[in-house]
Amino acid sequence: MKIMPCPLNGPRNINEFTYGGELKQMPDPASCSDAEWADYVFNCENRAGVVTEWWMHNASSYWFLAERHTVTDEIIRTFDPKEIFTSRVDFAAKASSKEVVA
Amino acid sequence: MPFSLLKYGLSSEYPAEVDLPAPKDLKPSYDVVIIGGGGHGLATAYYLSKYHGVTNVAVLEKSYLGGGNTARNTAVIRSNYLTSEGVKFYAESVRMFKELSNEFDFNIMYSERGQLTLAHTDATVRAFRQRAEVNKHFGGRTEMIDRQQIRELVPTLNMDPGHLPVLAGLWHIDGATARHDAVAWGYAKQAAKRGVEIHQLTEVQDFVVENGRIKAVKTNRGTVQCGCAVQAIAGASSLLMNKLGIRAPIHTYPLQAMVTQPFKPFLDPLVSSSALHCYVQQTGRGEVVIGGGSDPYPLYNTRSTLELKEGLLAHAIEMFPFLANARLMRQWAGMTDMTPDYSPIMGRSPIDNYYLDAGWGTWGFKSTPICGKTMAELVASGGKTPALIAPFALERFSTFQQVNEMGATAASH
Repeated sequence: MKIMPCPLNGPRNINEFTYGGELKQMPDPASCSDAEWADYVFNCENRAGVVTEWWMHNASSYWFLAERHTVTDEIIRTFDPKEIFTSRVDFAAKASSKEVVA
Repeated sequence: MPFSLLKYGLSSEYPAEVDLPAPKDLKPSYDVVIIGGGGHGLATAYYLSKYHGVTNVAVLEKSYLGGGNTARNTAVIRSNYLTSEGVKFYAESVRMFKELSNEFDFNIMYSERGQLTLAHTDATVRAFRQRAEVNKHFGGRTEMIDRQQIRELVPTLNMDPGHLPVLAGLWHIDGATARHDAVAWGYAKQAAKRGVEIHQLTEVQDFVVENGRIKAVKTNRGTVQCGCAVQAIAGASSLLMNKLGIRAPIHTYPLQAMVTQPFKPFLDPLVSSSALHCYVQQTGRGEVVIGGGSDPYPLYNTRSTLELKEGLLAHAIEMFPFLANARLMRQWAGMTDMTPDYSPIMGRSPIDNYYLDAGWGTWGFKSTPICGKTMAELVASGGKTPALIAPFALERFSTFQQVNEMGATAASH
């Protein structure tokens, strides 16, 4: 079994984890166009080489990032998302679409 | 040995038939460059040369003819999909497959055995009813059958595997197999006969783009100018699209399969179970082919893994318990371009004279003839998308018009 070094739980069998897609820069949902949002939701680089991607440890629901080579399947580094996400991400709705509460 | 036969064999005029002309140098320019010498690329070249009179065509293959996913699929042909767009497309492909041996004057070993998909839950039974009706509507032959009929069709099947008793089946009479290599060879031979140049060991590495159009392709054997280019490189589609800055929702996953030692004929239909993520079929040689879903995470590699093979075999043995004693002969994997809606990405690209034949996931072989025919129409008309493939355009993701075939793959991935 291939081993995934989880930053929280240590080395575990890879079938304890779920792949969560490439790390992508999210456009601001309040100001981006539909095309930009569709590009973010669907499109991906799918590169052959070292990529940074999301993984989750199923049992602990812990999300983290891994640098993995997509040809050799070598896992180079795994790390906690706080290395990249230093501040809170807010999903503020557009001002115009605010629900009117009677 | 009769003397005349010996004489014939030793004669210098022995009429050896050349299937593919010996390789020659690349010409400086072609009207159409097709990237990828698998079934799809070769079929496109064939229909271009046969129906559209376009013969100044080069098929560039980085390895050997039909050596990629054309050789790695499990050769299933069927049209029992879910959406009307999908069923229309695949049903036409099945019709074309039936005629291919005659068209080529070369046996592709088309063998119509029917495909049986098993339902283990009420939800699947409901989905099957819909698939049967959609399929019939577009000229396919598909029926719902009950446990007794399944037992008669496949006496060796375990009707109550573990916690998942078989409730009903989707019986697709058009289900078939064909020799996948022969399909590629047939197209190659007939295309070459009409003047198409097939260059193996010729890898397209980059492009020369001028004014938003492809002017030439750069290969390991030099630069070749082209009027237009088609990419048909299932498994590695993103790698060339990235070079052109074409963004697409494709992830490349390995798909693993294996084959057992030969047995006496015991299994006529192709049997699959979406709940068990497994399909089983017996080849003309008696071997049992076992396949299932893609790997759980993306990889550009055709390695096999023990855990996926073990899981697949556990399910195959639940369906056919006597397989527990079978010995495995071969195992392999292919690379599948998975799209979010389980439909291909075909047609025009953001680059005017560059056409896409990508996103073939696990449904590429069965669409080889219709794909070649429609891509040839697209190329020959200078970019007028045939109605049959219009729903599969790359733009569908930015206009939120996906063609969702997720439930209709042989083993839900």
